[in-house]
Amino acid sequence: MLLNQFLFLGAVLFCIGVYGVITRRNAVMVLMSIELILNAVNINLIAFALRNGSVDGHVFALYVIAVAAAEVGVGLAMVLLVYRNRRSIALDELAEMKG
Amino acid sequence: MIASDVLIAQNIGFGIIAAVMVVAALRVVTSKNVVHAALWLVLVLSGIAAQYVLLAAEFVAVTQVLVYVGAVMVLFLFGTMLTRARIGGEADLDNRNWFISIPVAVILLATMLFALADGFGDEKLPADSTPISTREVSDSIFGPYVLPFWALSFVLTAALTGAIVLARKD
Repeated sequence: MLLNQFLFLGAVLFCIGVYGVITRRNAVMVLMSIELILNAVNINLIAFALRNGSVDGHVFALYVIAVAAAEVGVGLAMVLLVYRNRRSIALDELAEMKG
Repeated sequence: MIASDVLIAQNIGFGIIAAVMVVAALRVVTSKNVVHAALWLVLVLSGIAAQYVLLAAEFVAVTQVLVYVGAVMVLFLFGTMLTRARIGGEADLDNRNWFISIPVAVILLATMLFALADGFGDEKLPADSTPISTREVSDSIFGPYVLPFWALSFVLTAALTGAIVLARKD
């Protein structure tokens, strides 16, 4: 197996996630795209752990998974709060801070 | 890549799983239905767990299935159900600057692929390395990396407390 086939897969998933973050209007869909991005990073970490024969990449990938879980929890709670206040989770309608 | 090298079982497995993952990821960001997007995301996350197995990271693969496919997807489906009255197609899921995002994603992808091809070329992963055992991972977490582990514990506690405080009705 080549190292680059995993890195390419990570890059493709990362860019699909970036496309989703920019395109999507629904806040839950934006959170899903962020999950794609974080998972693309994890593939790179694990691939480099195998390449270097070290355990550090595995540890860091586990930490990224835990942080992603916390991020989804807080993110969905905030989405729920926005929905409760506005009856909508369209991100481009949240423009109060625009001058 | 040499022709005889392409046909080993790991590469075939990688190719099939990667193709499924890319198609599923594209469906996640283009689907018109939030629940369908969440189910396509399950496919992507399971494929990533399979790639971890290919990369000899069994413990991370199991954690991926437990945390993402188990917990995070349930959170997403609950978030979808709580923030939308009806489960069905929704026309206005995309915002108005979708035409910016395609060039951004394509240019980013081209830059990254060029840099990776330039930097790592045909470098091979070691084929005969012993898989890293869960024992080594835990020795590392509770040894040299115990400080980030503590920080992460505080992050998780703060995040879950914050999520409860944010989401509760008063």
